[in-house]
Amino acid sequence: MAKKKTADTQVAIVGAGIAGLEAARQLVRLGYDPVILEKSDRIGGHVADWHCLFPDMTPASRLLDDLTDATHDLRVICRANIVSAGRLGDGYNLLLQDGTSIHVRAILVATGFSLFEAEKKEEYGYGVYDKVMTNADLEHWFNTGIDARITGQDVRRIGFVHCVGSRDVKAGNAQCSKVCCITAIKQAIEMKEKFPEAEIWCFYMDLRLFGKKYEDFYIGAQRDYGIHFIRGRVSEVSENIDGKVIVKAEDTLCGKPVKVTLDLLVLMAGMVCNRDNHPLAQALGLGIDEDGYFRSKDNIASITASDRKGIFYAGAATGPKTVPETLAEARSAALDIHAYLSAQ
Amino acid sequence: MMDFGFSLAPSSAINLDTVDLSRYRKLLELEPDARICMGCGSCSATCTAAPFSGMSVRKVILGLQRGQDREVDRMLSACMLCGKCTMVCPRGINTRHLILSLCRICADGTHKEREDGR
Ligand SMILES: Cc1cc2nc3c(=O)[nH]c(=O)nc-3n(C[C@H](O)[C@H](O)[C@H](O)COP(=O)(O)OP(=O)(O)OC[C@H]3O[C@@H](n4cnc5c(N)ncnc54)[C@H](O)[C@@H]3O)c2cc1C
Ligand code: SF4
Ligand code: SF4
Ligand code: SF4
Repeated sequence: MAKKKTADTQVAIVGAGIAGLEAARQLVRLGYDPVILEKSDRIGGHVADWHCLFPDMTPASRLLDDLTDATHDLRVICRANIVSAGRLGDGYNLLLQDGTSIHVRAILVATGFSLFEAEKKEEYGYGVYDKVMTNADLEHWFNTGIDARITGQDVRRIGFVHCVGSRDVKAGNAQCSKVCCITAIKQAIEMKEKFPEAEIWCFYMDLRLFGKKYEDFYIGAQRDYGIHFIRGRVSEVSENIDGKVIVKAEDTLCGKPVKVTLDLLVLMAGMVCNRDNHPLAQALGLGIDEDGYFRSKDNIASITASDRKGIFYAGAATGPKTVPETLAEARSAALDIHAYLSAQ
Repeated sequence: MMDFGFSLAPSSAINLDTVDLSRYRKLLELEPDARICMGCGSCSATCTAAPFSGMSVRKVILGLQRGQDREVDRMLSACMLCGKCTMVCPRGINTRHLILSLCRICADGTHKEREDGR
C-alpha cells in the first residue's frame, strides 16, 4: 500500500519522454502524484518524432496518446531547467531557472539521449549535399510528407548508411547505438513500399538484429523487398553535376572497392548521450560513464539505481534502448521508487 | 584406372592448424592496435592505391592472420604511405604507422617465406 501523500510532491520526474511518462503512469497507479519537469516545450521526447515503431509497425502516436491520457492530470512544467538540487530533510530541494523550488523525496532521471549531429561527419555531406538526409528526417517525412530532398516519384536509387557517429572513435562515440540496424531495415522496407521501382542498398559493418522479430525483418527485406546489403563502411560521399550523390565504400565480402550513384542517401545517425548530462549530473551529484551516459549502480541488477539515495534512472538516460526496453525500465524504476518511499 | 580428366590442385583452404603467425605476432609487439581492426573496409575504400593495386590495410591485417604472406607483400609494395587510411579508420588505428612497422619486419628478413607461398 502506498503511504499517505504529504503536502509536498513526493517524486519529481526529469524528462517527459516515454520513460518519464510511463514511470509517471505507474506512480499514479501506486498512489503518488509526481511532478514532471521537461526541458523542451512539449512532451513525448524522441518518440513524438517517429512514425511507426519496429517490430510491429505500431503508430508511435498510439503509444504517446495512451501515455498522455494516463498522465494528463499531472503537473508538467515545460521549459524546466534544474539549476541546483540541495539535500533537504530526507529528500531534495530542486531549484529551477525561474526561481521555482520543489521539494521532493525521490527523483527519477529520464532525460533520454541526443541524436548524433550528422553534420559532424563531414565526409557524408549532411547539410552540404541536396540529397542527404538522416533517419530522423525520414521519420519526419513519413509523418508530414514534407521534405525538399524527396520530391515526386523519381526516387529510384536509395542508400542507407549504418553506424553514422556510432562505433566511431573519431566521432567520439565508440559504442553501438543498438537501434539503427533495425531502424535502417524498417525504413528501407517503408521506402520500397512507397517507391516499388527503387533499388535500395544498406551499407553496414555488422548487422545487429538482436530483438524479437528483427531477424524476420532482415529476411523479409531480402526475400520480399529485394533490398541489397553491402558489408562495408561508407568512406566518403560526393555529389555529381546532376545533384545525385555518389557513395564509395569497400565491399568487404567481395574484397573490392564499390561506387554507387543515388537519388537519396539516408544516414543512420546514432543515439548518443544527452548533451545536457554534465550540468544535470553536477546539479544532482550523479556519475557519468565513459560513454557520456549516466552511470547506474551496476549494469546487471540495479540499472535503475544511482549512487545517490533517492535518485533513480529510466530509459535511454543510461544507454541506447528500444521502446519496449525503455517502458520496462520505467515500470521497474516506479516500483523501486515505491519501495524506497515505503521503507522511509 | 580410368582417366576422368581431373587432376589434384593444391587446396586453397586456409588451415588454421598450421598457419604461420610469426609475422603477425611480431607486428602485434610493435602495433598492438592491429588486434582491434573490425574489418570495416574504410581504409581500403579511401585508399588511392587500392583500385590499381588491390592495396588494402584491412586485407593486410587479415592476411597476416591467415598465412597469405605473398599477397601481403604484394600489397605492401603498392602503398604510397599517404596516410589517407589513417584519417578514416573508425577504430583510431594508426594504419600508416602500422604499414611502416610491417615493412620493417619484412625487411628484417627473419621471416622465412613459406615454400607454397600461402
Ligand atoms: C531514428 C530512431 C528511430 C527509432 N525507432 C524506434 C522504433 O521504431 N522502435 C523502438 O522500440 N525504438 C525506436 N527508437 C528508440 C526510441 O527512440 C527510444 O527507445 C526512446 O526515445 C527512449 O525514450 P526516453 O524517454 O528514455 O528518451 P527521449 O525520447 O530522449 O526523451 C527524453 C526526454 O527528456 C527531456 N530532457 C532531456 N534533458 C532534460 C533535462 N536536463 N531536463 C528536463 N528534461 C530533459 C527531453 O526533452 C525529452 O523529452 C528509435 C530511435 C531512433 C534514433
Ligand atoms: S545498431 Fe547497427 S547501425 Fe547502429 S551502431 Fe550498432 S551496428 Fe551500427
Ligand atoms: S597510406 Fe597506403 S594504404 Fe593507406 S591510403 Fe595511403 S596508399 Fe593506401
Ligand atoms: S579502417 Fe581501421 S578498422 Fe576499418 S578495416 Fe581499416 S584498419 Fe580495420
